[in-house]
Amino acid sequence: MAKIVATTGNSAMAYAMKQINPDVCAAYPITPSTQVMEEFSKYVADGVVNTNLVTVESEHSAMSACIGAAAAGGRVLTATSANGMALMWEMLYIAAGMRLPIVMALVNRALSAPINIHCDHSDSFGARDTGWIQLYSENAQEAYDNLIQAVRISEHPDVRLPVMVCQDGFIISHSIERMEYLEDDEVRKFIGEYKPMYALLDIDKPVTLGSLDLQDYYIEHKRQEAEAMKLATPVIDAVARDFEKMTGRAYGLFEAYHLDDAEIGIVAVNSAAGTIKEIIDQYRRKGVKVGLLKPRLFRPFPAEAYARALGHLKAITVLDRVDSFGAMAGPLMLEVRAALYDLPKRPVTIGKIYGLGGRDLEESHCQYVIDELVQSAASGKFREVCEYITVRE
Amino acid sequence: MANLKELSKKPDGFSPGHRLCAGCGIPIIPKLLYKVTDYDIVVASATGCFEVATTIYPYTSWLKPFVHSAFENAAATISGVEAMYQSLKKQGKIPANRKLKFVAFGGDGGTYDIGLQSLSGALERGHDIVYICYDNGAYMNTGIQRSSATPYGAATTTSPAGKVIPGKMQRRKDLTNIALAHHIDYAAQTAVSHWNDLATKLQKGLDLDGPAFICVMSPCVPGWMYPSDQSIEVTRMAVETGYWPLFEMDHGVFRINYKPKQKLPVADWLKLQGRFRHLFRPENSYVIEEIQRQVDAYWEYLDHMAQAFPAPQK
Repeated sequence: MAKIVATTGNSAMAYAMKQINPDVCAAYPITPSTQVMEEFSKYVADGVVNTNLVTVESEHSAMSACIGAAAAGGRVLTATSANGMALMWEMLYIAAGMRLPIVMALVNRALSAPINIHCDHSDSFGARDTGWIQLYSENAQEAYDNLIQAVRISEHPDVRLPVMVCQDGFIISHSIERMEYLEDDEVRKFIGEYKPMYALLDIDKPVTLGSLDLQDYYIEHKRQEAEAMKLATPVIDAVARDFEKMTGRAYGLFEAYHLDDAEIGIVAVNSAAGTIKEIIDQYRRKGVKVGLLKPRLFRPFPAEAYARALGHLKAITVLDRVDSFGAMAGPLMLEVRAALYDLPKRPVTIGKIYGLGGRDLEESHCQYVIDELVQSAASGKFREVCEYITVRE
Repeated sequence: MANLKELSKKPDGFSPGHRLCAGCGIPIIPKLLYKVTDYDIVVASATGCFEVATTIYPYTSWLKPFVHSAFENAAATISGVEAMYQSLKKQGKIPANRKLKFVAFGGDGGTYDIGLQSLSGALERGHDIVYICYDNGAYMNTGIQRSSATPYGAATTTSPAGKVIPGKMQRRKDLTNIALAHHIDYAAQTAVSHWNDLATKLQKGLDLDGPAFICVMSPCVPGWMYPSDQSIEVTRMAVETGYWPLFEMDHGVFRINYKPKQKLPVADWLKLQGRFRHLFRPENSYVIEEIQRQVDAYWEYLDHMAQAFPAPQK
């Protein structure tokens, strides 16, 4: 029986962590994800979880302790943001390379400098090559649901990769929304018991983990990691179907909003999607056939599925809340454009960089994007491959 | 006090066939570690000579569970392993009578320098771990670069003996006393040349419930530049000259575990090693005098410590 609450994105993630009840959690506080660990610490202090909470002295040690704990053979969670995740960088690759199912609640925040505590996606998109699965969440409900599903995904025998669940800092992490919580036992049943394939604490079956691979083995192990990432896509889909059976809330690789009959479309992750849906409704009332594809996954990147969903459009704008400085466009735009390349008839694809450091994406910005798309669909032309919006030039 | 004959009958946890250099001091430590205790041990290691020479895939020298993740985080990694053990034990997922111990290894690079923060965090949090630093006084794995454990005056590839600078011009950090400042119940300095002192200290660290820190002098043939059959002698001379005192702080009692009957001049240790060869040129004699002054001052400090923290009167 679902419980309806009004709560913030951070509280929702902390509550999901409580219900997941990990064996170990190692974390270091950083804005805007601090509340996740504060609230979870309260659950630990009150004895409502079995978790051994390791309050480490840095994010580097947080991920290192998570790696040690996961290698020991149990369920491990952490939370962080921005510079905290940047300090973990080295260990992100190692967590994935060691094939450890660690789940991270990532509250997206801009990277320094200039120092800024507000939302953009430079942290998670920067970590795109680390070997972590990335699930994006529009709102608190999705953050909560994704975190629960992430446990099943990361521990699946075909996958055994870490998963980060991303939600927008402040915009979602600190805003109160209506959402539904599952019962503790529903979550427990859904995630099941974790049985590690190799565990340091299985003292009778000793293993050496984290070996030195030279030229004779490294690439084979990396090839296996790549295969696991590939196998993750159907697992993510299957876990979503199970989750839908339990909750009625449908998840897949992406959400399509008015996309089937659309002529033009926008691609955007996380909270911006909520704003864009509102503006799409306005334009739909005026007869403009515009739709939205909201990726849930950036890693793995289900290119064929995205191409199938977008291929019929005349023109697409991809919004990136991150810049890859010196690149042709933002990282999401480049991958979407590449995914469309093999289509016999390719849509015009335009990139925009928006909202860095928490700058709001407003109604007028969305209108600007759609108005340009209407023209580009007719003319096949566009102003710039990639342009900054929401900025004072 | 350990008995060598008895120890030799205990099963091995660390097997031969590793690829450490001939004469390397490090393997003496894990060899003894598994023999001095009946506990099952999980080991974590920092990146370094020890790790790369013992875990070249698909081979391993470790007959018991072993994990390596990175260079600067052996203490944080073993913290995670120990935390999982405590959690699963509390939940009844590991039988209550299954008592495991957790040991982290790091070289002086991974411990004194890049791993100091991670070590400090683990000691402060009070995990039931033994952290062992094998101290060979430089970054040997990457080709003998200076560390904060490199002795004053020693030549390394980043503190070479040049025309105007005679090797490293900074003193070694006193890591064992830094560890002690975390109010842990056991911290010790020992050397591979003194197997009984080493074995006893490993045992004390393992028997403790809580963090213990042990700094072990471990000689390095290519880094120190001496013949590979002289490792134990060279290390023993570091102790006999007083450069490397053997001491411990054991539950608030400070002991100097070995006092040479007559401390030999530190030059007797320096002259055995190529890394100090330049100091014996006449223009560098002041460096040897400075090292002797440092050694004498440190002993004075240790004597004060022993007086300040004596064993309780019976």
